[in-house]
Amino acid sequence: MAAIEILGLEKTYMVGFWRKRPKRALQPLHLTVDDGEIFGFLGPNGAGKTTTLKMLMGLVFPTAGRARILGRDWTDPEVKAQIGFLPEQPYFYDYLTAHELLDYYGQLSGVPAKDRKNRVEEVLQRVGLTDIKGIQLRKFSKGMLQRAGIAQAILHSPKLVFLDEPMSGLDPLGRREVRDLILQLQQEGKTVFFSTHILSDAEALCDRVAIINQGELRGVGAVEELTKSVQGKVEVVWQGTQVPASMKALGGEFHVTGETVRTVISENQQDAAIDALRRERLRLISIVPVRTSLESYFVEKLQHSQTTAGTSA
Amino acid sequence: MSSRKRTTVVAGICLVVSLFASVILLQNIDRIRPHDIYDDALFISSPKMIQRASLGFNGLMACIYWTRTVQYFGHRHYNREHTYNELAPLLEITAALDPHLLPAYQFGASFLAPAPPNGAGQPERAVQLMRYGIEHNTGNWRLYYDLGFVYYTELHDFKKAGEVFDEGSKIPGAHPFMKILAANMAEHAQDFNTARLLWSAAYESSQESNIRQNAVEHLRSIQVDEDVTNLQNAVTRFVQANGRIPTSLWEVVNAEHWRGLPVDPDGSPYELSLDGQVLVANPDDFLFITKGMPEGYKRGAPRFHAKG
Amino acid sequence: MNARIVHIASNTFREAVRDRVLYNLIAFAVLISAAAIFIGQISIEIERLVVINLGLTAVSLFGVVIAIFVGIGLVSKEIEKRTLYTVLSRPVRRWEFIVGKFFGLAGTLVVNTFFMALGVFGALLYVAHRFSGADSSIFIALYFIILQFLIICALALLFSSFSSPLLSAVFAFSLFIIGSFADDLRGFATLAHGLTRWVATGTAYLVPNFSALNVISAVAHQQPISWQLVLQNTLYTLFYTAMALSGAVLIFDRRDLK
Repeated sequence: MAAIEILGLEKTYMVGFWRKRPKRALQPLHLTVDDGEIFGFLGPNGAGKTTTLKMLMGLVFPTAGRARILGRDWTDPEVKAQIGFLPEQPYFYDYLTAHELLDYYGQLSGVPAKDRKNRVEEVLQRVGLTDIKGIQLRKFSKGMLQRAGIAQAILHSPKLVFLDEPMSGLDPLGRREVRDLILQLQQEGKTVFFSTHILSDAEALCDRVAIINQGELRGVGAVEELTKSVQGKVEVVWQGTQVPASMKALGGEFHVTGETVRTVISENQQDAAIDALRRERLRLISIVPVRTSLESYFVEKLQHSQTTAGTSA
Repeated sequence: MSSRKRTTVVAGICLVVSLFASVILLQNIDRIRPHDIYDDALFISSPKMIQRASLGFNGLMACIYWTRTVQYFGHRHYNREHTYNELAPLLEITAALDPHLLPAYQFGASFLAPAPPNGAGQPERAVQLMRYGIEHNTGNWRLYYDLGFVYYTELHDFKKAGEVFDEGSKIPGAHPFMKILAANMAEHAQDFNTARLLWSAAYESSQESNIRQNAVEHLRSIQVDEDVTNLQNAVTRFVQANGRIPTSLWEVVNAEHWRGLPVDPDGSPYELSLDGQVLVANPDDFLFITKGMPEGYKRGAPRFHAKG
Repeated sequence: MNARIVHIASNTFREAVRDRVLYNLIAFAVLISAAAIFIGQISIEIERLVVINLGLTAVSLFGVVIAIFVGIGLVSKEIEKRTLYTVLSRPVRRWEFIVGKFFGLAGTLVVNTFFMALGVFGALLYVAHRFSGADSSIFIALYFIILQFLIICALALLFSSFSSPLLSAVFAFSLFIIGSFADDLRGFATLAHGLTRWVATGTAYLVPNFSALNVISAVAHQQPISWQLVLQNTLYTLFYTAMALSGAVLIFDRRDLK
């Protein structure tokens, strides 16, 4: 069963002083997220990721289209009990402590009174918020707020979790922990749908990703699938001004800049290249796998969309 | 969508029902609330206190109080409740808040001084108000006119009235009728023409519909008084000549060689009583007449005529 | 009432209770009641009158300020600060949110009025040394003041459902002023003609009638308040509040939370 089916959701805002000028925030979007998946929703800032999430949450009403969440119509209030949501840069009632906040949200989500206390302690442990008893949220740092936000999203053990930019505001250690948490959620059988503009997170976590730009879907698929074309290459750099014949035999383009030469070859030719350089007594500076494949795919997609946008305009 | 639609329908019905219910209740509440609270809603009657309480927004407060004054008068007049106990304090507050609000003085002269049911019957307070106005608006001849008016119409102090009109006539730009009024006060104070001049001036110098209407009523009544006086004189002459009371006014008309029977401003012919008194057909239609009423006549509820 | 409304209401109450500004306002109102004692001493013979007039007026005015101050923040501040997102993404209907907020604020105002009224009664006890039977009508005046607060609070919520906090405050306060002059407006309507009359009558019936709810002066003069008035005013408040809340729900239910 699909956890999320987005069937042509679209949004046009009326802007300007008299709200007369239409502005397309999202082109009709079709997307299906399978049960148990970690799904990444990628795009630069302002691409329409947050708008999509808000429509799914019922915070913004679509101009057209509909969606099904966990097999039900997405406006069905009962669906909301099964989902968790972390908004972008979350902000909470700052006069509450984290315990009070979570208790309140537990009430609203219909968590039984007898379970609530334990559940709150459990999720706070899980997101790494300890020693915060009696501290109002106004004294929380950005990273702590982000953790509290994640805690409230998973408090009522939802089947489906929506996270908008879950890593923002976190230090490297925090990011690591949130990554682990997302993977744990998947192991518990939950579906995670998260938006991000940080590709390494998506690459490390996601089963599948969708790329969106300027309100339009640019590509959907498994990460490996999307990045196959640019996989398995290494960049070799050595000191010198010329390219030995044995290197030339490996193919590829050579860039000579000052005292160094740079080339990109396939991974399985890496040993041959090292041998060749050693024979010529040339000093090897570095061999680095060509970095993130998803990124180049992503950049390519964005460039593509910009040129199409350019020609259409 | 169904849950949202349901909310819309329920909230919509609730809105309409509550709107109607609250209007009906409001009408009920108006009915059961003590009437004086509704009408004489003057909690603070000290002008100085209100001046301080207005926190410097004197002009605005003056406008609000002026509006309330006119409403107060109009409302009570409309409902035929002819006591105007709060009129003086309302006008005094208005004048204290903004001493240059001239319509307030004119209003005071027209409605504060006259005896009930046409006014509050407080001519002394009206004089005080006018004096206050003159003090704060030197060079405005109209206020002298208003003051002289009170002396003349209500206090019947023609000497004071003449002095005031004379003073006012010396102000540059004063209307010529001020001089005539001043002169007439000395010898012809009781003449119909003097009274007519005064009320015509009142009519012309104001834009306020209450004041203009009042002037029209006075002018109509003056006409009746003058007609009745002339007719009565003719009747007296007839009695002296013929030794008997005329049987009808036609006899008088023929004896005087008039062209026809004089009629009052409403077009009804005057009548003659059996004992030779000239009477107006409908005394209720002339609010301020002093003559032409049957013996023991008691004025019914007065009413203003259509504008004009 | 459903449980979510209760939870939202109690959280709203908690928010107000933890706001320090509120305590200052209440303290100030109580202080004015105390000051009434001194003013009363200067104006001989009318101590009781001054204490009741000034005390109840202070309760009413500060309550209105609190009602507007807290009321406008109820919805628009939540949208602005985005605290609403995590509430509405739960099984909470938007109308439940509005109604819950209203009850939370109403509860806050009742409690506030209680404390401010303690100040008035304290001052009254000080000048009169004991309470008389006539003083019980002060409760009716206080009850009417609370009814005023409920209307203000529903209106603040209505405005807050579609405009910014500042504008909502301006709207709500203007309506309070206009509503206090509702009688004059009605008087004006009966005198006007034509279109002016229609507009004035319509406005007069649409704005909340606070003048009918203000019996401070009558209570100070120990005039009796009829039970009819109490009943009708209660019903009026009930319907007016329902009207404003329905409006708020209708608007808020259509609003995109950008």
